[in-house]
Amino acid sequence: MVRLSINGTLHQLDVPPDMPLLWTLRDVIGLTGTKFGCGMALCGACTVQVDGLPIRSCVTPVSSVAGKEITTIEGIGATPVGQRVQEAWRALNVPQCGYCQSGQIMQAAGLLATNPKPSDQDIDTSMAGNICRCGTYQRIRAAIKAAAKESA
Amino acid sequence: MSQVINVSRRGFLVGLAGAGALILGAQTVPKLLWAKKADNGSPHADETTLHPNLFVGIDTDGTVYIVAHRSEMGTVIRTSLPLVVADELDADWKRVKIEQAIGDARYGDQNTDGSHSVRSFLEVMREAGAAARLMLIRAAAQQWGTPDSECRTDLHTVVHTLTGRHLGYGELASTASRLPVPRKEELSLKPPASWRYIGKGMPSYDLADMVTGKALYGMDARVAGMVYASIEHPPVFGGKVKSYDEKATLKVTGVRQIVPIDPFKPPAAFQPLGGVAVVADNTWAAFQGRKSLNVVWDNGPNESYDSDQYKRALQQTARKPGKIVRNEGDVDSMFVKGGKTFEADYYVPLLAHAPMEPLVALAEFKDGKVTAWAPTQNPQAVQDIVSKELGIPKDHVICHVTLLGGAFGRKSKPDYVAEAAVLSKKVGRPVKVVWTREDDIKFDYYNTVAAMHMKAALDPKGRPTAWLQRSVFPPITSIFDVSAVYGDPGHLQQGWTDVPYAIPNLRVENGPAKAHVRIGWLRSVANIYHGFAVQSFTDELAHRAGRDPVDYLLDLIGPARKLDLTRTSYPNYGASIETYPWETGRLRRVTEMVAEKAGWGKRKLGKGAGLGIAAHRSFLTYVATVVEVEVNGQGEVRIPRVDTVLDAGLIVNPEATRAQFEGAAVFGASIVRSGEITAKHGVIQQSNFNDYPVARINEAPYQTNVHIAESSAPPAGVGEPGVPPFVAAFTNAIFAATGKRLRELPLSRTTLGAS
Repeated sequence: MVRLSINGTLHQLDVPPDMPLLWTLRDVIGLTGTKFGCGMALCGACTVQVDGLPIRSCVTPVSSVAGKEITTIEGIGATPVGQRVQEAWRALNVPQCGYCQSGQIMQAAGLLATNPKPSDQDIDTSMAGNICRCGTYQRIRAAIKAAAKESA
Repeated sequence: MSQVINVSRRGFLVGLAGAGALILGAQTVPKLLWAKKADNGSPHADETTLHPNLFVGIDTDGTVYIVAHRSEMGTVIRTSLPLVVADELDADWKRVKIEQAIGDARYGDQNTDGSHSVRSFLEVMREAGAAARLMLIRAAAQQWGTPDSECRTDLHTVVHTLTGRHLGYGELASTASRLPVPRKEELSLKPPASWRYIGKGMPSYDLADMVTGKALYGMDARVAGMVYASIEHPPVFGGKVKSYDEKATLKVTGVRQIVPIDPFKPPAAFQPLGGVAVVADNTWAAFQGRKSLNVVWDNGPNESYDSDQYKRALQQTARKPGKIVRNEGDVDSMFVKGGKTFEADYYVPLLAHAPMEPLVALAEFKDGKVTAWAPTQNPQAVQDIVSKELGIPKDHVICHVTLLGGAFGRKSKPDYVAEAAVLSKKVGRPVKVVWTREDDIKFDYYNTVAAMHMKAALDPKGRPTAWLQRSVFPPITSIFDVSAVYGDPGHLQQGWTDVPYAIPNLRVENGPAKAHVRIGWLRSVANIYHGFAVQSFTDELAHRAGRDPVDYLLDLIGPARKLDLTRTSYPNYGASIETYPWETGRLRRVTEMVAEKAGWGKRKLGKGAGLGIAAHRSFLTYVATVVEVEVNGQGEVRIPRVDTVLDAGLIVNPEATRAQFEGAAVFGASIVRSGEITAKHGVIQQSNFNDYPVARINEAPYQTNVHIAESSAPPAGVGEPGVPPFVAAFTNAIFAATGKRLRELPLSRTTLGAS
């Protein structure tokens, strides 16, 4: 049995300890907002936060996050930073297909939580692990800056 | 505060959770997708009180349902076409609910491909809205005992003009539903000046769901009792299973069974590739199970395919006379005259689609019928292939279309949906097939590899007096006809037979090439390699002539005129050449505009910086793009700025259009920087984003300025046309910055020194 705290809710699950958190969220619990993109931590679509820090859930064994606070796209709106990021994403029409945006938002919210006024270089460094094949990067950058401004 | 409840007994969890799972959670399981409609699959719009046509339904509470019959993969078409209906209906967008159509030939073409949704359906949508509006007006007039002519609509309301009396659409729905549906001739469409939404646009209907994780993609589809499958495909195209090892795989926790899938019978078309499927309780277990299958393959004849050798063969073919597809004047006599000539060869490798959502489909075979949920660009093609594979009538296949997590053409080929249907029949349960990223990269329908040979005879000022261009590529038609080696008119037209230059002697040729992988269409298709060759060669000639590339390009385009393509086979993207003539004046205009917007020749650029230009018409849209690059001492390339001007005729949704061209620049950046699929012994060598990289935020253009040229022309495409001019403008800019000419893509194969 693995005990997980996800978005403030406790889950007790009978899953193999090496099952990635991604598939535990998606297939076992049914939280499908977190996406599968590559399975190798190369694209960031599966990004969630563990104790407030963005991680790639596709390569994170579920046993390694037992007892920690896991936040997914379904829960990030409950934090002030997450809410600002989601609002900025809407205001600037960031998504095209939208598939990668859960991961982008989780990563961006993680960035702003630790660096409330990121520079372009900070944004590049933090967001380069999150691929958007539709190519919404310039709006992602603008939305991060907009969300940062609102926190002032 | 954590609320802990036991939800494991909820019916819909059966089969979803791993065996013996006790799930404690609050509202953790989304409601069953689409289950209510699974029986006949018809949208709710069908059941509303007023249902004048396939696309509109109005309920007595005033809710307007509009059916989106095209697929949403990021172009916002699921919003933009219903917006047209809402406009003609004078509906309040806040009271509109969009429903996604299932695959059904009654909707007309549903293959969301080729950048033609607005062009093909603008009028259909306008009429659908106008018909409903007229019925509401007639219902109100009947209720008031007034002539129709005294009634008009305002937002979601019919108003009696003389008295100001008004009735809401919901109040009128019942009366209207008893009226005959008006004939097309009775409809009066709004004048453009009265448009509420067309030309102004709206954000994506799905925007809020997309930023909160609620949007449902194919990857998120689930039904009770479903199992998951992952398939070990033949590593070489056309390969077959010889043997595999069940034992170790069946020991993997969660693996239920192993199911072989038959190889396809050539031509491959959209059939499953065949292989061995691992069926499991969850995706992870299915992936894990594959690792110990140890499949032994009979690779078949494509085992000899080596992309390096193949490249050399293509390049040799490109230097031999080919099939003539357009011929004006006498190119040969100009070449033998002994004046100056210049020739160059260009090459673009195989490209993979790599949408962020890997291929996935859920299908249930039950009582001789299949219900599928898939991120597909073409639900009617799903019906076709599933009906063929299972030997059931086409109307026994219901295909629900989910949101698509990117597609770029890959998801109009429904092989992966057929796999799910075939497996469901064998397993006796709903099966969700999930492709890994490795499957996605290795078993694509690749945008074809192409070699282009270009030659020009030049007058003393360096302007061409004769122009020869020859392309060689294994054609897309090879997936439907194994003997096909020449390009078909539909792909040769793409930036090739329609080279728009005012040159008296001009010949366009195409040479033969046999395919060894599945070839398919990818965002802008043949325009990618054709546009790259034509626009690179133009830039080369300009520099050799010592002329400004913009002036030179405009000189070659020549005076404003309609291109006469009657002596070649030119399908004009399926549109009438009368309605959509090839107008060089429009290409000139976007070229002039983009030069001005980009500050061409006026801006001072730093060391290692350069500007490149390219102009291209595709999918009936005229686009010119200027790319600015900066190359540092290590040869690293940044793209600080892109300016692009488009003339796509009438634009329904400007914001979504700008987004498409921003995205096209990033897509083009990926192609130029690192887009390359190679093969050894018939096996694709790339596998994931580590060896098939696509542009990341720091590699994409920093700022793309999209300028929409005002245009009174009818609507044309916006999803694809941004890619081809970007590609050549980017490589032309690299030349301007470094003096290095990129004749072969991708850039990752070349080392750029400091300028």
